[in-house]
Amino acid sequence: MNDGLKKFLLDFYNWVTGNGARTENEDAMTELPPVLPFTMEPDKIQSRFHEKTLQERRKDWINLHGLSVFSILYRSFSIITCVVIVGLLLITVSELPPFGDENNPANNEVIDRYIKLGGNETGAQNIVAGMILDYRAFDTFGESAVLFTGAVSVLMILSAARRKNDEPKNKLHSGFNDRNFLKRAPPIHELKDDDAILRGVASLSIPAIILMGCVVIINGHLTPGGGFSGGAVLSTALILCANAYGFKKVHEFFNERTYIFSSSSALLIYALSKGYSFFTGANHIESGIPIGTIGNIFSAGLILPLNICVGIIVAGTLYGVYALFSEGEI
Amino acid sequence: MTVKTLAYNIPFISIFLMMIAAIITPVLPKRHRIPEKLSCICLFIVAVLSGYLIYALDTANGDIAFNFPVGHYPAPWGNELRAGLLEAVLAFCYSIAMLLSLTGNFQSTAEDIPERRRSFYCVLMNLLAASLLALTYANDIFTSYVFIEINTIAACSIVAVKNSASTIRAALRYLIMSLVGSGLVLISICLLYDLTGHLLMQPMHTKIIELVKNGKYIFPLTVSLALITAGLAIKSALYPFSFWLPDAHGSSTNASSAVLSGLVLKGHIFLIIKLFLRVFGLDVIEALRMDKVIFILGVTAMIMGSVHALKQLNIKRMIAWSSVAQVGYIFLGLGLNSVEGISAACLHIIVHACVKPMLFTSAGGLSAAADHLKSLHDLLGTFYINKWAGLGFVAGACSMMGIPGFAGFASKISLTMASFDSPLIIWSLAALALSSVLNALYYVPAMIAILTGTDEKIHGVHEKIIIPLSFKISIGMFIALNFYLGLRFVPLLRLIMRGVNIFG
Repeated sequence: MNDGLKKFLLDFYNWVTGNGARTENEDAMTELPPVLPFTMEPDKIQSRFHEKTLQERRKDWINLHGLSVFSILYRSFSIITCVVIVGLLLITVSELPPFGDENNPANNEVIDRYIKLGGNETGAQNIVAGMILDYRAFDTFGESAVLFTGAVSVLMILSAARRKNDEPKNKLHSGFNDRNFLKRAPPIHELKDDDAILRGVASLSIPAIILMGCVVIINGHLTPGGGFSGGAVLSTALILCANAYGFKKVHEFFNERTYIFSSSSALLIYALSKGYSFFTGANHIESGIPIGTIGNIFSAGLILPLNICVGIIVAGTLYGVYALFSEGEI
Repeated sequence: MTVKTLAYNIPFISIFLMMIAAIITPVLPKRHRIPEKLSCICLFIVAVLSGYLIYALDTANGDIAFNFPVGHYPAPWGNELRAGLLEAVLAFCYSIAMLLSLTGNFQSTAEDIPERRRSFYCVLMNLLAASLLALTYANDIFTSYVFIEINTIAACSIVAVKNSASTIRAALRYLIMSLVGSGLVLISICLLYDLTGHLLMQPMHTKIIELVKNGKYIFPLTVSLALITAGLAIKSALYPFSFWLPDAHGSSTNASSAVLSGLVLKGHIFLIIKLFLRVFGLDVIEALRMDKVIFILGVTAMIMGSVHALKQLNIKRMIAWSSVAQVGYIFLGLGLNSVEGISAACLHIIVHACVKPMLFTSAGGLSAAADHLKSLHDLLGTFYINKWAGLGFVAGACSMMGIPGFAGFASKISLTMASFDSPLIIWSLAALALSSVLNALYYVPAMIAILTGTDEKIHGVHEKIIIPLSFKISIGMFIALNFYLGLRFVPLLRLIMRGVNIFG
């Protein structure tokens, strides 16, 4: 092998393992290697100059620059990913069937039956209500259960954490305690003084909002609206009430117990009544639920009670999540 | 060809039973652990019913699968459930595994979660069970999505139930990744509806075949397939998307870890199988080259999951990374894109659903014997303190390594046999061999650690800990299941293959 190449390889090996030729005036180099930020423990003071191995150099480099390089890479990769996905989706959307074209695949026998026979089969004047609460009621049951799941999760995580903080603190565990970290921020909605304007407007509008919510729910099978939208309207009345008169006022008639009880029973009524209807439908038994005359309040079979159940769940859950996040309890 | 009336109603009854159990749990009294007992009873009923459904479908004339219209309206207008042998076997396996995970961790749940929370915890467990059953039986892509949502929220909350900083952080990571997955799935469902005009799986399939034959809308179809597969892959922790898993599964309470690792991942994987077989069809998947992508990701997961597990010192995190590797096996079977491959993948779903909860339950028992420390160094000799947990861990580890006679062997040999018919045979065999060796590299030291004890631990000078009866029973049942699956897997595999053949 060529001598020059051999020397080069030897030098390279020494550079990697850190056993390079000693510098001539070793005693003069008493200067310590620089102390780097973020090193876990200070290196042992070495009396002799120690040439760094490749691994040590890499470690130092990572300690010095790692975080900034990582954040640059992270940001650029996330931007690139977003741009690629957005571009891909835009190209895809441009190749989809044109919007509103009558020959689209979505305009098929399914839609046809919903529109033409929906009224007669479900008894609902509002075709959408007929679709979501009769044709595809199983999905809507699932959706109500999603709300229920969310509310139960928030209740479990936030409410139980609050109870724990109320317990007298053990002196041994003061300071940062793993269990106590979910400390509640001081309530921002504490009433500072009597807000006459807010209370005045609230006292006028809350009855109107409640009426509006009830109308939207009860007419769900006749006009646009239904349990989800009506329930959202009702929950705004509760939220307004809490803001104007304080959460304590709402607690007098709507607390955690009421919430759990009302949601559970509404969902249970939904599950049992619709379960009966599903069961009879699948086994080809007459369910005996009257459809009534289209356009009457008491018509459309189970849609009216189901709308009321969904409304109760939605109203309670939306208010409950608001109260839990701002107050820490319902 | 029809089935008996009771069997016909079982899919619906199972889902509704778990839903109703979830709904009434919050109003039940919290004393005497009534909510948990109710969950266990309901899961037991579901298991018995699913067992009967398997029996009824097995003994019916010919191989049949039936559709159950949920409501008074027939197929493309109303919702529909569909049940065949494969779905019944999976429902049986899910309910048994969940029941044993709950009973096995009865004590550790009580230690980790205050009573007030435990009632809500049971609600979420029941909802998880209901959503898993619904994902198994649903024949409608939007119904599946609704239950994916329930599954996601409940799964994230059962991670966060143990109120410590690390679990909340893990739950948040899990939630964010899961929501990205849900978003991709939802976008894809919208695209598919726009292209086909159906949400029900069979009409969708007919329409997709038509589109592919005419060469229309191929690009949007490919994008929607890629998006829905990616979304579900994120949720089922396929390797490059799996970095949320070790935190979430490693830091939560034992019952949550067992259920999340053993069952929740499987619900989403089964939905991918359903999409491939029932919505797109294997030919379309091959034409759009999705099987190759899945295969490569599966092989990567098998190796990288084990490599990450090798680095772990915390026993629960090690088992969690091993789940990533095991998910890779399932995707490898899927990537073979044949009936045999998919049957082997389904067998591995069942095997993993029975073994992983056992490993997590035993690991919990072992760490309880070492003052709740989870590092392998602290677990030295714990086998002799809690022998039931030790036996469970050894059986689970042997199974994960694929020792003949244990459950893991069954699925590994089936995957090997399935890959003989595939053009990818070399890659698949090499990956299986390498991954088995890697599995042994971290399970054997863990076993040595728990079996190596100081004299006082071996000779019982340590303080005795009381092992609850429920723990003993569950571990015993898990070990029995393990041996049953390992020794008598051929009839089960045949059952699954019959199920896969009529799945579409």
